[in-house]
Amino acid sequence: MIIEKTSPEVGGMGHSIKRKEDSRFIQGKGNYVDDVRLPGMVYGYMVRSPYAHARLKSVNTEKARQLPGVLAIITGEDLAKAGLAWMPTLFFDKQMVLATGKVLFQSQEVAFVVAEDQYTAADAAELVEVEYEELPVLVDPHRATAPDAPILRDDRDEKSNHIFHWEVGDKSATEKAFQSAPVKASIHAISQRCHPAPLETCGCVADFNKATDKLTVYLTSQAPHAHRTLFALVGGIPEQNIRVVSPDIGGGFGNKVPIYPGYVCAVVASLTLGVPVKWIETRSENLQSTGFARDYHMTAEIAADQSGKVKALRVKTLADHGAFNAAAQPTKFPAGLFSVCTGSYDFPNAFVEVDGVYTNKAPGGIAYRCSFRITEAVYLIERAMDVLASQLKVDSAELRRRNFIQPKQFPYKTPLGWTYDSGNYEGALDKALEMVGYSQLRKEQEEKRKKGELMGIGISSFTEAVGAGPAHTFDIAGIKMFDSAEIRIHPTGKAICRMGTKSQGQGHETTYAQIVAQELGIPASDVVVEEGDTDTAPYGLGTYASRSTPTSGAATAIAARKIRDKAKKIAAHLLECSEADLDWETGKFFVKGAPSKAKTIQEIAFAAYTNIPAGLEAGLEAVDYYDPPNLTFPFGTYVCVVDIDKGTGEVKVRRFVAVDDCGNVINPMIVEGQIHGGLTEGFAIAFMQLIDYDENGNVQGGSFMDYLIPTAVETPHWETGSTCTPSPHHPFGAKGVGESPNVGSPAAFVNAVVDALSHLGVKHIDMPITPWKVWNALKEKGVVS
Amino acid sequence: MPKKQTVRVKVNGVQREMEVEPRLLLVHFIREKLGLTGTHVGCDTSNCGACTVVLDGKTVKSCTVFAVQADGAELLTVEGLLRDGKLHPLQEGFKQEHGLQCGFCTPGMLMSTYALLEKNSQPTEQDIRWGISGNLCRCTGYQNIVKAVQYAAGKLAQGGPR
Repeated sequence: MIIEKTSPEVGGMGHSIKRKEDSRFIQGKGNYVDDVRLPGMVYGYMVRSPYAHARLKSVNTEKARQLPGVLAIITGEDLAKAGLAWMPTLFFDKQMVLATGKVLFQSQEVAFVVAEDQYTAADAAELVEVEYEELPVLVDPHRATAPDAPILRDDRDEKSNHIFHWEVGDKSATEKAFQSAPVKASIHAISQRCHPAPLETCGCVADFNKATDKLTVYLTSQAPHAHRTLFALVGGIPEQNIRVVSPDIGGGFGNKVPIYPGYVCAVVASLTLGVPVKWIETRSENLQSTGFARDYHMTAEIAADQSGKVKALRVKTLADHGAFNAAAQPTKFPAGLFSVCTGSYDFPNAFVEVDGVYTNKAPGGIAYRCSFRITEAVYLIERAMDVLASQLKVDSAELRRRNFIQPKQFPYKTPLGWTYDSGNYEGALDKALEMVGYSQLRKEQEEKRKKGELMGIGISSFTEAVGAGPAHTFDIAGIKMFDSAEIRIHPTGKAICRMGTKSQGQGHETTYAQIVAQELGIPASDVVVEEGDTDTAPYGLGTYASRSTPTSGAATAIAARKIRDKAKKIAAHLLECSEADLDWETGKFFVKGAPSKAKTIQEIAFAAYTNIPAGLEAGLEAVDYYDPPNLTFPFGTYVCVVDIDKGTGEVKVRRFVAVDDCGNVINPMIVEGQIHGGLTEGFAIAFMQLIDYDENGNVQGGSFMDYLIPTAVETPHWETGSTCTPSPHHPFGAKGVGESPNVGSPAAFVNAVVDALSHLGVKHIDMPITPWKVWNALKEKGVVS
Repeated sequence: MPKKQTVRVKVNGVQREMEVEPRLLLVHFIREKLGLTGTHVGCDTSNCGACTVVLDGKTVKSCTVFAVQADGAELLTVEGLLRDGKLHPLQEGFKQEHGLQCGFCTPGMLMSTYALLEKNSQPTEQDIRWGISGNLCRCTGYQNIVKAVQYAAGKLAQGGPR
């Protein structure tokens, strides 16, 4: 599918036009939730548990209430009276809004204080007296089902910390393949608990108007429509009386998909007090209580023949979901899309098992810049392939090449049930190896090893699965995962486009306008894109899982084509010919064989309101709800080169080459920006980011003092490249891309570090790879003392 | 509650005076009292730099300064970068070089790099990376921010506005 490029003035697909949204951000005129100020607005502050597991003996609010300026204090008991002490999670579980009975993780929400200003609210929170009785704490997920483990969730009928067992694939065929295989390789790897930590924390302003019965919630939401419906279903507020507005969002990365207790408390407080209530969490609250990601403890085994050709994959995983199963993923998939773990390779057989357990940790299991557990899956298979290569003493690029699914095999059905749309994995690998100068680097490595220097090269040839729906397979809390676009062409030929998705920095105001420009020839600069206001935007499921371009992007193209169909009728009327006599070229219809007899889209738009053909409705607009026939499967190869300081264990990323294939590209500048950002987060996961707990369930990594975010100084220089294999089922051949770099890169970093140490006998180091871990590995191998 | 104190500051060239609690943080003074919401709060430990402003020519993290400490000072926030309706070359650079995505860190980045260029008009890539090492960005991976600052340095060298 080749996209014909428009002129730069039109600014259709493939042009790196500058972002429309930037003008307000560079002038400090963005409008984030914390910037919303309404008359009479008051402030909420959360009282949180210092204990990871404790019985709640009493919550005394007397002293706090006496503080001047305090307006209300809501406790779990108060919410229980209204039936709101618990709320459903996005995954068949429930979660305490405010604790009743006991607390299950450190920093759990216990009471909500409302005061005239934020300082008074914080003061009053200090005065709330909570009496706890400590209970035994469960931190290690491997101990969750031990006979002596404390049962955490006494609210459940099932008196066990085990949440679910999920398996997929052909168990007996896989076992058979293992029995007969001459080569077996295995790895145990942890995809550690981390947090998306967008620079803007979560928060809201809830504004209930008692005169109109209307509730407006300004919300840091990646999915405003779904949140409106959930507020209606859970809170019993008629949906037409709820308006969710997601204004400018300061990064999401999956953190802003769930509904958090603070939102519910602010809504309850506004309903009670009849004034707007603002609640903005602090960074520490964000890291300690809102949706964490990963915490997958995985074992993979590969069966292969002597040449390294893979025969079967067997995976067993323990998933730590914390105190409540608040995973944000489609309801048919308790482990998300983890079963994409056969990756880019032609495995004839595979079998995967995942068990989820509760522990005394913050709830979650959200998709941090990935489609529902794909980062875990890709990390595992890309590490496992390196282990196999190392065991067989085959070059890791060569082993991948021997096992790639071949271009002629697409659409390719994986043994775990996915159908990949298109791919050319060898093409991306070849390009990446050429860009990095692979054979030279291997020679250099050999030389360096002779001198005792440590240098490593890591490869990751990932396949992503993004853009959920299709609706028959994917939903969030029962709401099907289609998405939408509405385009209205004004009489003067300018347009407004409204979407069911919601940008958090991805540049939607620019890229959707480019799709309209491509399809209708209306310059992108003449197209305004609006998202995030549920009163005006068509219903949609929001932005995460790299789904905006695959779903709403597709809807934009289809809606534009509907408009073009109507425009053709108007053009025929204006040119006094039949529709069959007309041809389209960017921005105009013309009479076949007489190109001077033409009507531009602007002239047609004007006629749609001023000179309407008989029998045709006035106006020029269309809406489309797009249900994709399949996911899209972007892919790529990343190559990382590291040098390791033997004295300190410090890893220096010398080069990082990223070749991505996301099909046809809307705006190359924005795609490259997404790649840079995702690689930086992947780098952070590989080397820095960890939410850990001590044996008492105290969170380690609960602020930016010890949850480490890379600065410009540590962040490597990224080298990017691309290949283009369009999606055959997407209206303009695009695939999602925002998450590929975060999904594909952790394995490249870790493979590089292990490669640098493999000749010493090091087989694996778990993330985050700190200098301390590397230094200890060197010490263990007798390299340093 | 301690007595309120008077704070007089020149903000983006305009003299302001207000009675505030001594414990009021400068960032809250700027955002809540002056209504200049371009300066953001991204953490509670002075790590992220989203609240960076220029106080008497030096960058400070305004979440770590009390408003009363700014008494008598001159303050420049992101809203003050625009002069005579024209963008500062840094603002232009961030847009031209795609140096921002969600925009939340951008005001702090602009103020840090503004102060950097005042001290060092031709910074190297390393100078720029160290110059913004107190400002976290979760979206861009910094590479295009570096380019944005280089763009601005180039523009200023050709005789830009300042």
